[in-house]
Amino acid sequence: MSRPEDTLPPDLHYNDTEARKYTTSSRIQNIQASMTNRALELLALSCPSVILDVGCGSGLSGEILSSIDPSEGGPHVWVGMDISASMLDVALQRDVEGDLMLADIGQGVPFRAGSFDAAISISAIQWLCNAESSEVSSAGRLSRFFNGLYASLKRGGRAVCQFYPKNEQQRTMISGAAIKAGFGAGILEDDPGTKNSKLYLVLTVGGSADEGTGG
Amino acid sequence: MKLLTLNFLTCAVKACKSSSASFPLHPKECELVSDTIAPNPKLIYNILPRVDWNALVVTASELGFPSLPPAAPTQEELEKDENMMSELHTLLLETSVSEGMLVCGNCGHEYRVKEGIANFLLPNHLV
Ligand SMILES: [Zn+2]
Repeated sequence: MSRPEDTLPPDLHYNDTEARKYTTSSRIQNIQASMTNRALELLALSCPSVILDVGCGSGLSGEILSSIDPSEGGPHVWVGMDISASMLDVALQRDVEGDLMLADIGQGVPFRAGSFDAAISISAIQWLCNAESSEVSSAGRLSRFFNGLYASLKRGGRAVCQFYPKNEQQRTMISGAAIKAGFGAGILEDDPGTKNSKLYLVLTVGGSADEGTGG
Repeated sequence: MKLLTLNFLTCAVKACKSSSASFPLHPKECELVSDTIAPNPKLIYNILPRVDWNALVVTASELGFPSLPPAAPTQEELEKDENMMSELHTLLLETSVSEGMLVCGNCGHEYRVKEGIANFLLPNHLV
């Protein structure tokens, strides 16, 4: 199976047909839901929060964020960024509660400092590595993204990004860019060495005045 | 796009990062919609310290809402005043820009909003 990252940029890969296919495949929905729940567990939010969904696609993760029961610290409000208009169209048709933005995370994260409690990203940030052209480098895109993400999170805030690096080099490049932006970073691997192996980049913003209350 | 999100959003143009005029973005020829969202007082208490109240006052007035008090209410005030709580919930979470433009006060860039989705894609030379 070829990696979609190796063929086309995400806005072209996820055209209307691909976007619908992605969203209606129950296998993909299940995997996406379990990764979202895992990411939420790692975020450990204790009260209703404002969450940035990086590469929100058709809003599969967002729906979960909107539906977290009050007894489990929800429901959360979310803002999703995605570069694929087709994916966002599907999100519209599914009538998700979060706000949607057509945006390229490699261009930055346009929110004022300290806006979000947390950020979540499922299967998206490896796309930052494949947009090499004469005008833009993947290093520049990674740095704009992580710098913007760092600034947009509140002190003590957290981001969890599940991602599929193509190789060891890409994995190091991504986590290195996060650390350079100021994050405390660790990579967690679930089911290592199996074909279900999943990587989560867990990022923390230090200097928390309110870590005790926000979770 | 909810007014809460608008209160967090800045111009994405690189040259505007250091300018205070790039926030808040100004609605232009905007249509609003109102959604019903279950009250979530804990969320309001959580975000209240992070809402830029002056910007919210500006946005509300530009959209033609009755004027807001000059200072943000405290959590204690909101706990006592059910009316104020529900007005704030309506304004921040239930009111959305569905169509129109969001304009940067510094560079003049117009971000298009269509069916509630704001388009923040920029040409490379502005990033
Ligand atoms: Zn601007």
